[in-house]
Amino acid sequence: MNAMPPLTRRLLLTTGGALVVSFALLPKLAALAQNVPKLPGDLDKTPMLDSWIAIDAQGRITVFAGKAELGQGIKTALIQCAAEEIEVDPAGITLITADTERTPNEGYTAGSHSMQDCGTAILNAAAQVRGILIELAATRLNLPAEQLKATQGTVVANDGRSVRYGELLTGQDLHRPAQPTSPLKDPKNFVVIGKPMQRVDIPGKLTGKPAYVQDMRPNGMLQARVVRPPSYGARLTQLDAGAVETMPGVVKVVRDGSFLAVAAQGEFQAIDAMQALSALAKWEQGPVLPEQTTIYDTIRQLPSNDTTILDKGTPGQQGAHTVRATYHRPYQLHGSIGPSCALAIFEADKLTVWTHSQGVYPLRNALADMLHMPQQQVHCIHVEGSGCYGHNAADDVAADAALIARAIPGRPIRVQWMREDEHGWEPFGPAMISEASASLDANGKLIDWQYDVWSNTHSTRPEGPAGNLLAAGYLAQPFAQPAPKPIPQPEGGGDRNAIPIYTVPNARVISHFISQMPLRVSALRALGAYHNVFSIESFMDELAHAAGADPVEFRLRHLDDSRAHDVVTMAAKEFGWQPDAKLPRGHGRGFAFARYKNLAAYCALALELEVEHETGAVKLGRIVVAVDSGQAVNHDGIRNQIEGAIVQSASWTLYEEVTFGRDGITSRDWSSFPMMRFPAAPESIEVHVIDRAGEKFLGTGEAGQGPAAAAIANAIADATGARLRELPLTAARIKAAIGI
Amino acid sequence: MTVLNVNGQQHRIDVDPRTPLLYVLRNELKLNAAKFGCGLGQCGACTVLVDHEPVFSCILPISVLEGRYIRTVEGLGSEGRPGPVQSAFIEEQAAQCGYCIPGMMMRAQGLLEHNASPSDAQIRDAMAPNLCRCGTQMRILRAVRRAAKAMMADAGTMQETAK
Amino acid sequence: MVWRVLLTVVVVIGVAFGAFYAWAWNSEIPPTNAPAALFDPGIVAKGAQLAAVGDCGICHTQAGAKPYAGGFPVQTPFGTIYGTNITPDPETGIGSWSETAFRRALHEGVDRTGNHLYPAFPYDHFTHATDSDIGALYAFLMTREPVAKANRAPAVPFPLNVRLFAAGWKLLFLHKGQIPPDASKSAEWNRGEYLAESLGHCGACHTPRNVLGAEKRDAQFAGGQSEGWLAPALNAASPAPVSWTAEQVYAYLHNGFAKQHGLAAGPMQPVVRNLKKAPDADLRAIATYVASLAGSQNDAEREQKMQATLDFARSRDSKVPMPLSGAITTSTRAGAEPGRTNDDSTAPSGAVIFLGACASCHHSGGELPVSRPIELGLSTPVNAPDPAALLRIVLDGIHPSSGERGPIMPGFSGALTDPQITALVSHVRSQFSRQPAWPNIAAALTKVRQNKEPATEAP
Repeated sequence: MNAMPPLTRRLLLTTGGALVVSFALLPKLAALAQNVPKLPGDLDKTPMLDSWIAIDAQGRITVFAGKAELGQGIKTALIQCAAEEIEVDPAGITLITADTERTPNEGYTAGSHSMQDCGTAILNAAAQVRGILIELAATRLNLPAEQLKATQGTVVANDGRSVRYGELLTGQDLHRPAQPTSPLKDPKNFVVIGKPMQRVDIPGKLTGKPAYVQDMRPNGMLQARVVRPPSYGARLTQLDAGAVETMPGVVKVVRDGSFLAVAAQGEFQAIDAMQALSALAKWEQGPVLPEQTTIYDTIRQLPSNDTTILDKGTPGQQGAHTVRATYHRPYQLHGSIGPSCALAIFEADKLTVWTHSQGVYPLRNALADMLHMPQQQVHCIHVEGSGCYGHNAADDVAADAALIARAIPGRPIRVQWMREDEHGWEPFGPAMISEASASLDANGKLIDWQYDVWSNTHSTRPEGPAGNLLAAGYLAQPFAQPAPKPIPQPEGGGDRNAIPIYTVPNARVISHFISQMPLRVSALRALGAYHNVFSIESFMDELAHAAGADPVEFRLRHLDDSRAHDVVTMAAKEFGWQPDAKLPRGHGRGFAFARYKNLAAYCALALELEVEHETGAVKLGRIVVAVDSGQAVNHDGIRNQIEGAIVQSASWTLYEEVTFGRDGITSRDWSSFPMMRFPAAPESIEVHVIDRAGEKFLGTGEAGQGPAAAAIANAIADATGARLRELPLTAARIKAAIGI
Repeated sequence: MTVLNVNGQQHRIDVDPRTPLLYVLRNELKLNAAKFGCGLGQCGACTVLVDHEPVFSCILPISVLEGRYIRTVEGLGSEGRPGPVQSAFIEEQAAQCGYCIPGMMMRAQGLLEHNASPSDAQIRDAMAPNLCRCGTQMRILRAVRRAAKAMMADAGTMQETAK
Repeated sequence: MVWRVLLTVVVVIGVAFGAFYAWAWNSEIPPTNAPAALFDPGIVAKGAQLAAVGDCGICHTQAGAKPYAGGFPVQTPFGTIYGTNITPDPETGIGSWSETAFRRALHEGVDRTGNHLYPAFPYDHFTHATDSDIGALYAFLMTREPVAKANRAPAVPFPLNVRLFAAGWKLLFLHKGQIPPDASKSAEWNRGEYLAESLGHCGACHTPRNVLGAEKRDAQFAGGQSEGWLAPALNAASPAPVSWTAEQVYAYLHNGFAKQHGLAAGPMQPVVRNLKKAPDADLRAIATYVASLAGSQNDAEREQKMQATLDFARSRDSKVPMPLSGAITTSTRAGAEPGRTNDDSTAPSGAVIFLGACASCHHSGGELPVSRPIELGLSTPVNAPDPAALLRIVLDGIHPSSGERGPIMPGFSGALTDPQITALVSHVRSQFSRQPAWPNIAAALTKVRQNKEPATEAP
């Protein structure tokens, strides 16, 4: 989700978020109104160059980024951007990320915006800093700038004289606003960007160096655990914690309303104490959850705010063929492999929190609100956790740690969520329903397209008010959860990628935003794009089938974007896609394509798989992908992200759904929420990166999930003749569809 | 008092003997590699080697480990001198968030010590107890194959020099 | 004189042998060609359900290979016999078998060419299946995917590999024909008896066998073994601390788990996976029959016994942590293992091992919302006369099929040493069971390790 400039955020809050106008336009409009051109990337929000780059007297370069390393390799890519434009070896760059007292506020590291917003900012800031260094050298050496060249941390003159960067700068030289244009290098001359560079963080992580917030061990640290209620909205009615307070190592039992936690010296002692507390606590059940077997009906019947996000031509045309289909997606889990963890210390009226939250600034604001503290007294510092894939429990555990830290001032408090906590309490990817209907003319061309999607919000991130922090709702003086707001187009939440990229003369797309949330939900990687691309790309195959067309050719028929054409063609070619190929019994192949959000990276993939007739079990074979991320900074980073997205999506698509009973969530660990293990992983994944030198960076981390899901569904249909439209595509469902 | 041999060094540990090895490794011995993933023996993030067997350190009380040989990633090598499995994982860039990778490497090390040239199916089966949520499985498999080759080559070289 | 006696003896033996040979000889049934398209889909569907009850796929599928294509090793005291290819491949499978040939195989243990089949193929049970059910099974198998996979010769030593011996075995132990229904029992019970005794072949594992490998008719369901696991007694000798109700047996067969007794482990795991495909009514019928085997117990008695068992186990299980000073081992719980103090740096007590390795999932009491495993006090392996089942579970763990929800228990085979496993298992027995201690766990453990079977993967 974008962090908005203050003007538009206020506007958003005061009008209750019911605006239909695309918010992406507003900063442009505001800028036009003031006749100030926009600065590149997040320089626009933080224009001072020295907010981004500092060079000390020894010439050591520090780059400040508001985005955080989530395991997507962003640290390395940003270092490459800075090193390239500032003309130093990457090893000479120190990167500081996401710290409310040191780095720019770039909102959330989310939505695949890091390269687009932060990479662009750093690229340009670095180029402009290089320009300033050359200017300063020109003055110092009394030479025209054209005779000077920046290289390897030094400005060198044609006549052989040189000055090192550190010698050139005095205190205020970089304290100036960025310009709208930058002396960017010609991509032909890149030596770092687009060249292989191993990730800077991997060696340390693989040799036991401290790397994660879980590894922090400041002196005096206490280990804490939280006792969560049995289900949403339960109230702690009775607790006699005396026996627990005297358990070995226990320092304090913390209770505030229904928030219950314990801090101890040793970690195992804290776990013991937590379990003992859990046995002693008496709860009053909260509201019952809906019935799982009828959850989609329940969701459809909830009141919704309906927005037409596409209205083109005269929708409702009938053609030679009309195809209709409905697709379903259940609640799904982030399931971070390392449950969330945070460290907090409260001393001298100041709260410091080390957190793997995706947004340290919004978290800072929410914590300040929860604890009734001024924002400047709360300091949030990003330290890596395990992969989060969106809004998981990172902010919640930070809130837990803050509450306990406040109750035990002067001691660093480490809170580690248990596996059952993470599975039961993290905000899930919302359940979604989509209905598609389209008509083809006699030549097999689309003439009409109608698409409706129903979804909760895909963001309950803590932003300002504390109500989205889990613990805040359970305090003696609880914070109410703020009313959820839709993320407007062109980004979208539940309607992300709901607008098809295909050219159809008559089309209507309606997003049905449902405010009531039967289960706790928020952003899961790709947001609505996972389901919408699954739906649309499955539907395209169904339409191709009705038109008697090859699925690849059918897509190309309707794609006007040449870069889209290129990825589709490349994926098909590298896979060896032949129209009318005949595969052995039980084997199938599937194709899918999407441009994430219709404005980020392009991703097309072809795969083959085998369905075991007797069991419905799927064996994933060869997967071939083509991706266009614009200017590719780190090819291997792109490949890694795409491979990961595909395997992750394959697991979601084939196995995953949150299960719940009337009394609460029942999928509480990996036995009750299975995910893909090595024997079921695909046979191979090949990723072909189309490097568009000089083009804008396009966010890539979420481009693979949707196409992978659809390609799997399409291949299953090819292998068995059975078209499945309800995720996950389990062996049991496939077997039921293919019969005896 | 329990005496543990970790990566060849003896340590005297004075905690509740029920304490699972994972917490002792991380808290008493301040070793970062083995991770807490579930505490239930389901995900393998805590995998270490005990007497050449990969085990879940989250459910193994230290009381059963006296006199046994415990190895963690820290015992495979260092950032300056990574061991063959670590080098293979670094060369293949087999990590995204990296949290599961130490467990993966220990499981792989255990496999390769038992079976120097496992087939792809054998690698997949051996690694099955370990989960990766980022979807790095393909690279992990490549890294294990690469490590197997490297370790065979080392063994060959050692044999050569021994001759 | 002596000559005449000798001659008479030889002639009698010769005649007897000749008669036996003649009796034992079976003709070849000519090969046929039965195209899959001819079979009625309804009958094929019924056959699928019967195949599920019969678990054909388990013994006729090799781990990692195609379903029904054979290759699965069936270990018997007489050697290893490999399940054959029963896909409709004409060369290597049963593709050229007529329905008559197929029926003869199930009823009489004879293949299409006239050879006797080893009773590892439990035709002593299948002989009770009706012709109509066999027809449905035939329809199902003939419509499977044909797989060309040659059968593997049995590894049975001479002279047992002489097929004629199977004929002798049948003479003694094959009781053909339908089982007469019991008019005093319900229709459901009778249906259950039919299914369990014929295709279900439950007795093949759950009934002890004599020295010639035949089920002991007078000890039906008194417990047997399969693939290195002990199949507990289902009759009055059942080691379950509380007897099973039909509802509980149904839950176990349908879900693989009965809260009051335990979960399906070892060879029962694939059986239960198959039973999911069987009609509910049939599962309930089997459950009714099986539950009746242990004799009746009224609900009040059962409830009381359950509560007493649980109270006993819970009173002794302690998840309340002990202070650091080694007080774990000086606990005054009755019957607790004589403890060892922390200062005794040799062997840790079974109690400490349990609390560190097992209690995070297996403690009773407390409200940890993990997928809850069985209350150990109610567990059959914990209460069984022989520790083999519990040892097997501790060594190997429990592993669900890929992508399926199901309990995960890690195996401790590499993590704990043999003395540690012995101490742990001894502790679990004394902690949770009112049965007497097992006399020689260490020896049982050695035996279990030797009997290690390869993991099976079946449709």
